[in-house]
Amino acid sequence: MSERNPRDPNDPVLPAVDEVREVELRGLEAGLGETFEVPIGPIHPALKEPIRLTFRVRGERIVGVDIRTGFAHRGIEFMGMRQGRNLIQVLYLAERICGICSVSHPIAFTQAVERAAGIEVPPRAQYIRVIISELERIHSHLLWAGVAAHELGFDTLLHLTWRVREKVLDILEELSGNRIDYAIPIFGGVRRDITPEQYPKVWEAIRYYRGLQEQLLDAFLNDPTVEARTRGVGILEPKEAEELCAVGPTARASGLRKDVRQDRPYLAYPDFEVRAITPADYGLTPLGDVYDKIVVRLLEVGQSLDIIEKALENMPEGEITSFPKIPALLAHLKKAEGEGLGWHEAPRGEVIHYVRLVSGDESLLVWKVKAPTYSNLMSWYPMFEDQEIADIPIIAACIDPCICCMDRVYVVRDGKEETWTKEKLLQLSWEKTRRMRR
Amino acid sequence: MSGWVALGQAAVALVAGGVVGLFFRGLDRKIAARMQARIGPPLRQPFLDLGKLLVKETVIPKTAVAWVFSAMPFVAVIASFTALLYLPLGPFGPILEGHGDAILVLYLLAVPALAMALGGFASGSPLGVVGAQRELVMLVSYEFPLAVVLVAVAWRLTTLGLAPAFSLGVMAQHPLWTMVGPLGIIGLTILLVSLLVVTPAELAKIPFDIPEAETEIAGGLFVEYSGTYLALFYLADAVRTVVMAGLVVALFFPYGIAQPLGLGGAAAAAVDLLFWLAKVLVVMVVAVTTVRVGMARLKVDQIARGFWWRITALALSGLLLLALDKVVTG
Repeated sequence: MSERNPRDPNDPVLPAVDEVREVELRGLEAGLGETFEVPIGPIHPALKEPIRLTFRVRGERIVGVDIRTGFAHRGIEFMGMRQGRNLIQVLYLAERICGICSVSHPIAFTQAVERAAGIEVPPRAQYIRVIISELERIHSHLLWAGVAAHELGFDTLLHLTWRVREKVLDILEELSGNRIDYAIPIFGGVRRDITPEQYPKVWEAIRYYRGLQEQLLDAFLNDPTVEARTRGVGILEPKEAEELCAVGPTARASGLRKDVRQDRPYLAYPDFEVRAITPADYGLTPLGDVYDKIVVRLLEVGQSLDIIEKALENMPEGEITSFPKIPALLAHLKKAEGEGLGWHEAPRGEVIHYVRLVSGDESLLVWKVKAPTYSNLMSWYPMFEDQEIADIPIIAACIDPCICCMDRVYVVRDGKEETWTKEKLLQLSWEKTRRMRR
Repeated sequence: MSGWVALGQAAVALVAGGVVGLFFRGLDRKIAARMQARIGPPLRQPFLDLGKLLVKETVIPKTAVAWVFSAMPFVAVIASFTALLYLPLGPFGPILEGHGDAILVLYLLAVPALAMALGGFASGSPLGVVGAQRELVMLVSYEFPLAVVLVAVAWRLTTLGLAPAFSLGVMAQHPLWTMVGPLGIIGLTILLVSLLVVTPAELAKIPFDIPEAETEIAGGLFVEYSGTYLALFYLADAVRTVVMAGLVVALFFPYGIAQPLGLGGAAAAAVDLLFWLAKVLVVMVVAVTTVRVGMARLKVDQIARGFWWRITALALSGLLLLALDKVVTG
């Protein structure tokens, strides 16, 4: 029998915890009993990706939480900005920022580059991008619903939801050749057309999900145990959601009608008049709890079906790309100069890509990615406040976190953590700008 | 009966109990998988799991109280197997008949839970401590309704002049269903329902699996257990499932089919034993498998409130109806 000590202070894996944000306790429970720390992560069955949440608990009740990121930073932006890498190569990297939103990042990225380089996208290509991204939303929301059920210990719902999800993956494979990482958008258009033979298959999938929608809503929203575990749990007040800049279903569940497709329509989205969905559309008063987040995501599956239906009906004819020849595209991009911003409503919320191109260089000068989880992470603090240990997994899961997509560098020097203040970050950014101007 | 014969019987019962427990665990997993539209593991998977755990390294954390941590798996497995010896096994009465009664079985069922809680506290892991706290809250929640059910059945048997009423053997030989009036039958049904609700809690299965709660506290009580020790807990859990289901069968469904079929001798014993196993399996599937497939995990406060108020009230109303039945039928 061997021995090990998981809490050895010299253990190099984890930096020591020094501060834990204390939250105010309501009523009698304040001042009762001793508190102790429960570490969740970086490796934990409830988390699908590495992040560390350190909870200070009194009995089963959470009195404080400290969130540490930085375990899965992959430096994709840095890799993309390396000299000698052309934009099409970077597109592959953008596709791999997130495995689940694997068309959202390329859509935002191509838009940014197209704006910077002044490239037009043919209408048919815009429609195809919309169709693929809405199909992706269906698959992502069903995936999330299954994960949420698993976090609640309801594995049957997980297995059944994921079985239903296979259909949309089949369609995506039919349309793009891949179950994930569809490689559909390219600068100036899309890489594959939707052929006439493929239409009936997509229609069939739409009918399949339409038929299942009631059943799906019923299985999640009318189950007494699911309701007992999610009603009133992890509440994010509308005011907090607004102040913490929550995006996507996390914000919409709190009643904010916030959706990039509605607020700043792009691609073909103006044609569909997307309206942000809140629990009010299901006849509920938005409370901002986990239950509401399930409602919003399930309703968005229906909304995506509507959009795909409309897109298939009104699909314009014509070219699918304005640059059929790749060398011509590369030559155009090499000459381009300027900056561009691209945005997209990913299944998890707003994703933003910023690029800056310089003439005569086929590489990117600057590439900045903001994944939705980056905006939603802070809303964990009010959500965890005064909840129970048992609620941790579902609250952590309810923003549909994508840790790798949002992860940032975390500096630990000589065993000490460094706190980067706003002033210091500004200083660094000025220095970098000065370096680049030279 | 000489001591040696009893010892031999006990040895056979213990080995068979372990094998049946693991086999039923395999069936449970297979049936659950089919309900979830999965294929599921092969039926021998629990044996493979146990074998693999036995050859794996057993780690004792430095922060653990080593002797408590190491002793508790043995306590759990011994208590579970001992409870098996007090259980009427189909055509055979309890092997240790006369050396203890239903109250002892209650305690023997509580001992593994206590052992797991102590092991969790001794593991030195915060997750283990949370799991242990939850296990203790669960214990004080479900033990009372469980005791009420046993006491109600035993008391009614006493009023009918059957003694010793607290012996599981006597309970199994005299099923109450045919000896009480309509009120009593309603009361017994209510008691049966309460016992079926207590069963998954006693075995810490979903929706009551909070002491382990994989996605919440990463296995809770067992988070630091590995290798042989984990294998012992696994075995104890499998045997406890049989004991708990066997208890339901002994209290409420002790009927055999050999007599109505007109069989005798060894054939009767074999048929009744198989029938008993089938009854245990049915109780397990109804009370454990279907419930754990069809529900989400509850929270500790929800469970405690549910048991203290609803299930206790249910069990007490069953007891009351049995008492009324006594008054009515005399």
